[in-house]
This record gives sequence, C-alpha cells and structure tokens, in this order.
Amino acid sequence: MSAIKAKHQRLILVLVAVIALIGAGLLAAWALRNQASYFYLPTDMAASPPAADRGVRLGGMVEKGSITTDADGVTIHFIVSDAKARIPVTFKGIVPDLFKEGSGVVAEGKLGSNGTFVADNLLAKHDEKYVPREMKDMTEAQARAAVKETK
Amino acid sequence: MIAEFGLAALWLAAALALLQLLAGALSLTSGGEGFGGVVRPVAIVQGILSLAAFAALVLVFSQTDLSVKLVVENSHSAKPMLYKIAGAWGNHEGSMLLWVTIMGLAGGFVALVERRLPEKTMLATLAGQAFVSLGFYAFLLFASNPFARLATPPAEGNGLNPLLQDPGLAFHPPTLYIGYVGLSIAFSFAIGALITREVSPAFARAMRPWVLGAWIFLTLGITAGSFWAYYELGWGGWWFWDPVENASLMPWLAATALLHSCSVLAARNALRAWTVMLGVVAFSMSMVGTFLVRSGILTSVHAFAVDPKRGSFILVLLAIYIGGALTLFALRAATVTEGERFAVTSRESGLVFNNVMLSSVLGIVLIGTLYPLLTEAMGEKVSVGPPYFNPMAALFVVPMLLVLMVGPLLRWRQDNVGRIRKGLIVPAALLVVGVMVAIVIAPGKVLPILGLALAPALAVASLLPLRGRELRRVKLPLWGMVVAHFGIAVSLFGMASDSAFTVEKLVAVPVGGTVDVGPWQVKLGSLEPVAGPNWTALEAELQASYSGATPTMLHPQSRSFWTPPQQTNESALLTRWNGQLYTVLGEQAEDGRWQLRLWWKPFVSLIWLGGALIALGGLLALLGRVWSDLRRIIARGKIADRREGMGR
Repeated sequence: MSAIKAKHQRLILVLVAVIALIGAGLLAAWALRNQASYFYLPTDMAASPPAADRGVRLGGMVEKGSITTDADGVTIHFIVSDAKARIPVTFKGIVPDLFKEGSGVVAEGKLGSNGTFVADNLLAKHDEKYVPREMKDMTEAQARAAVKETK
Repeated sequence: MIAEFGLAALWLAAALALLQLLAGALSLTSGGEGFGGVVRPVAIVQGILSLAAFAALVLVFSQTDLSVKLVVENSHSAKPMLYKIAGAWGNHEGSMLLWVTIMGLAGGFVALVERRLPEKTMLATLAGQAFVSLGFYAFLLFASNPFARLATPPAEGNGLNPLLQDPGLAFHPPTLYIGYVGLSIAFSFAIGALITREVSPAFARAMRPWVLGAWIFLTLGITAGSFWAYYELGWGGWWFWDPVENASLMPWLAATALLHSCSVLAARNALRAWTVMLGVVAFSMSMVGTFLVRSGILTSVHAFAVDPKRGSFILVLLAIYIGGALTLFALRAATVTEGERFAVTSRESGLVFNNVMLSSVLGIVLIGTLYPLLTEAMGEKVSVGPPYFNPMAALFVVPMLLVLMVGPLLRWRQDNVGRIRKGLIVPAALLVVGVMVAIVIAPGKVLPILGLALAPALAVASLLPLRGRELRRVKLPLWGMVVAHFGIAVSLFGMASDSAFTVEKLVAVPVGGTVDVGPWQVKLGSLEPVAGPNWTALEAELQASYSGATPTMLHPQSRSFWTPPQQTNESALLTRWNGQLYTVLGEQAEDGRWQLRLWWKPFVSLIWLGGALIALGGLLALLGRVWSDLRRIIARGKIADRREGMGR
C-alpha cells in the first residue's frame, strides 16, 4: 500500500475529522427531534395528546382520594391533575417515598390509546434539595394559580 | 481558629498563584528571565498551602464546629465519623476547595519532578496552571467561602442528604475530582507548548504520565459512581445518562482520545496540532461538567447549591479559559508544522480512527446533554434519555471496537493487512458465531446482540498483540494496553448480558411467601425493625436459594432518616460468579402483603470488573513509563558521574 500523496495528508485528516464530527452533529440533531421526551401538564395533554408510542413526561398533582391498588398489590392507579384537566395514570412498581395524594409527581411513560397514561417511572419530590426540574416550576406556577383562585 | 487558619491559607495560596502567573509570564519576556527561578518553588508552596486549607476544612467538619455555616448546613453531630469527614467535600463549597487543592497539588508536583522539557515551556505551563487556578480561587473566596462563620451558632446541624450517606460517597467524589482536575495539567502543558512553540515527541512523553494518571482516577471514579448508583438508588440500573454522569463521561472520552493521540505524537511525531487541541478539550470538558453540576441549572442528587450568581461566575470562568485557550490554539495552530506521514494501513490510521470515533461520541453526548438546557431557554421542556444516547453512541462505538481488534496489531508508518490476517481468523470466526448465537438467544434486541457478539471476539483480539512474544520480556505499557482493551471486552459483555437476560419480578407477598425469579427461589422470612446511628429501618429477611441449593440470607431495608427526614430503600445484593440477585423492599400493601422487587442480573458484575481492569491497564502503563523514565534519569546520572571521574 502506498503512502498517501505527501502534500495532502494533513488536509485529508482534517477533512475526515470535520466530516465525522459534522455527521455526528447532524445525526444527533435528527435523533433529538425524535427521541427527546417532552414535558406535559395535564391541561396540555388533554388539549393536544402526544402520539401513542412516544415517551413523554406528565407532571401534576396526585388528586386526593384517587390512588387505588390492584389485587396484585403492586399496580396502582391514580389521577394526575392541574387546575383544568385530569389524566388517569397506571403504574406498576414501588412508588417513591414521597409519593402521596395531594403532592406533586412527574410520571415518565406513554399515553395509551384509551386515554390512560402508562407510567414506567415516577419521580416525586425527594427533599428540598432534589426536586425534578420541571416540578419545581410547576408547583410555583400552581401556587400562583391557587392565589389567583382564592382572591 | 481552625477555620480562620484555613481561610488565611486559602488567601495566601491565591496570592502565590498570582505570583506564579506573573513571574512565569515575565520570565518569558526578553530581559525577564531572572524571574523564572521563582516559579517552581512558588508552585510547590502554593500546592502545600491549598492542602493546608483543605485539611482545615476536614478538621472543622470532623469536630462538627457549628459556628461554621457550611458545617451547620451539611453536617450533624450524630453522623458517623466517616460521613462527617466525607461531608467536607459532599457540598458545593467543599468540593470547590477540593478542586483548587488538587489543581495546586498537581501543579506543585509537576514543578517538583518534571524536568524533561525546555525550561521555558515548563515556565509557561506552570504560569498557565496558575492562571486557571486563580479563577477558581477567586470563585471560592468571593462567591463560595467554605469557612464563613455564623454570628449565632445553632444547637444542631441540618445533616447530610441520606442518599449520600454511604461508604461510596467517601471515595467517589475525590477519585472523580482527581481525574477531572488532573486533566488541568494536560491543559496547561498544551498552553505552554503553544506559547513556546514546542510541540514535539518530548512534549507528548512529558504530558502522557499526567494524562494517564488523571485518566486512571477518572476511570475508577466513573466505575465506582456507576456501581454506587446501581446499589444505592435501588432502581437496578447502572447508567442513567443523567447529565451529571455525562459530565464525568465527557472528560473521560476526551482524555481517552488524548492518551491515544499522545502515543502517536510520542512514537511518530505525527498528529501534532490535534494532540494539543485534545489537551485543551479534555480539561474544557471537566470545566463544562463542573458548570453543569455546580451552577444549579441541573437539579439532581449531585447538584448541591442553587445560586444563580455562582452559575454566572463559573460561566465567565469557562468563557475566559476555554475561549482563551481555543483562541491561542487558532493563532498558533498554523505554526505547528505538519507531522510525519503515514500510510492508510498503519497503526497511526487505526489511532486516528479511534480518535475520530471517540470525538464523535463526545459530540453526541455533549449535544444530548445540552439540548434540554437550550430548549428550556426557548420555553419548551424536554428530557433526553437512553432512547437517544444508546443507539447514537453505539453507532460510533461499534465501528471503533471493530477497528480496535485490528489496530494494535498493525505496525507504525506502513503495514499490510495480509501480514496480520492469520491472527484475526479466530476473532473473526468468534464474531460471526457470536452474532448467530446472540440472535437466537436474545432475538430482537439489537444492541445487546451486538454487545454479546463483539465482546468475546474483542477479548481474544485484545490478547493478540502478545502472540509470538516471550511473555516475561513484554514491557509494562504493552501489558497495560492489553489489559485495558481486555477490560473493555469484559465490561461490554456485562452490559450486554444485563440488558439481554435480566429477569425482573415485582410482587406483593405475605410473610412466609415465596417468589421465583430466574433460577432463584426467594422466601420472605420475617420483618424486623433495626436502628442505626441516625436512622431507623424495617429490615426484611429474605432466604434466597439458587436452583434449590441451601438458602442464603439477604437483608434489604426501608430506612427512615430523621435529619433531614427522608426515606431510602437500601437494596441487598447477592453476588455469584454468574450474576447478581438484587432485592428491594417496598411498602406494605393494605392487605398486609409486602412489596418486593427482585432482579436476577446475569454477569452484571462484569461491568465494573471490566472498568477496574481498564483502570488497571492504565496503571500498568503508567508504572512502565515512570519506571523507564527513572532508569533513564539514573543512567544519565551514572554517565555524568563517570565523565566527572575520567575528567579528574
């Protein structure tokens, strides 16, 4: 195998690196459009439901008195709501410690065709230092909404 | 008193860093050479002072001095001693102090021992190190003083996040930090080489041990962090593509690329500008990671403080250092002459391929990590997870691993494939058989199939460089390479096996009930309350028997900490040679049954064993390099002695 034409070696190497990196960047941009999971409030989800096979996050309050457990002891159903909409959620698993009725939750999963959100992970407030990013803002916004309503 | 001593030491160290920068810079000007003599001693003393400041903080924490604000916020007198000490760096201010301490010590160590390069390059390097340190000293002293006192000390501290109260915490952050910050040396070497136009094989040889050292710690830190997340968080996963994990992965990718390009520069005087560039990029990634973690843009277990002022401070530091270094690179890159040439089929080409692939993965991870921040700035909230990272990273990692089987067998400069074809028959056959077997036993799972098929072939191929050699004569760096590459195969097999064969059971069982999971039969024996120094827990006794063998006991707990009040699930693991049984105790259902989550994870422990092997490979290579350097120094001394003797 002959050595590459001496003069152009550096140029070729630079081109290879640049093309690979740009390629990686373009691929990343394309994949992110398809794979990033968007955050929905119940109102948003009711107004414009995401496609059935798309992973999204749903954040809201766990409605009081809505948690029920199936006979298997590990599947739960509850309703996530905000001021305007209510979305039923199903989750199979061990719930986070601070998951309870009347407090905030972010559910990761997919919206089923029957309108029930099937969560494969629940994020609840852990302590003051560990709040899911979306929920921090959400509770603030809800506090404002609550203030408005009581006025 | 101790806190004041620490603060004084910190100020002094900062002042010395300024002196180091000025003297180093002046010594490079014509007429200022006289200042050069100060730089090395100053660097050493600066390192010692920063260590003294850090020791003071550890002491304050170990005594639980509640007049110090940081102690009140992060510690508690009832905490076990290990966590009191670890608490010193388990918070924002303390971890930044650890950062400057490692920078100072690394700089001092370089000043003490590194004498192979032209003195001017060394002075520029040490000035560069001081320049970077200064920014972080300023950040500590003006925006995150760890020694601030409270006017009225409270009776008790706030305690430490229970998730962090684990032996893993004591060692994980310092290990990772030594790796992160150790890369600052590569950064400074790159700056020094650019300023004095000294990009040479000698430069690569001088830089390599430092990069290698930092890389070993980074590898260990990432491996330990992954294992810690695995057993502490109780989700059974070992890598979450969490932005904070990515923040540690990105410098590792850059440093891995740098190590490989260093060896091209050292052996063949090629890839000159590229190696310098990677030196800049690697530490830049450490700083980007710090910005992500410490600025409060992310909220996770790792993000201690949310203070916008700090975020903008670090952002300014980032802009100055990364922007400055890249500008310097752009100005000087054209003057770095082109390196030696090589053929398409050569060791160099293989390493170029490795570098391009690693850089592409780095790009993929960086974009995926920053994307949610960008979209949030535009008002839309997204999260990016495994569905993006896994396939995108694999797209570049798989070709890289294929080339990895061939690359180390090729000769420098020019080679032909025919020469090495024979050796590759076994791995190639293994690869083909592996793909077929994997498709049969794990149908439909593309990435696990690839992993299961690649791993055995890679394991065999990684040993091939030893073929036909007398093992006793093989030099340590070659052993290092073989062990590290073998470690990649081991780790890959663990990852693929875990995602292909894991069996999960989630059930509610009454006391005395049994559950089957994979080959295991697990019986819930009893539940007992237990108490620790700052928690109480409910502990389950599980009797697990493997295919009917005598049962072994496991004790997963559901723990309640009282300062701060929080519950954690402590998983219990049972490790066999062929996998791990992972058990978590959940809540009690209304009818009195207990939730149990059980996993059987075949060969999962190979993930971390592989990580340890990779680090061990690095260590062997480092020892080999240092040993041959030492021998050269001793030999040179002997020759000088003999000359002196003959002169007389």
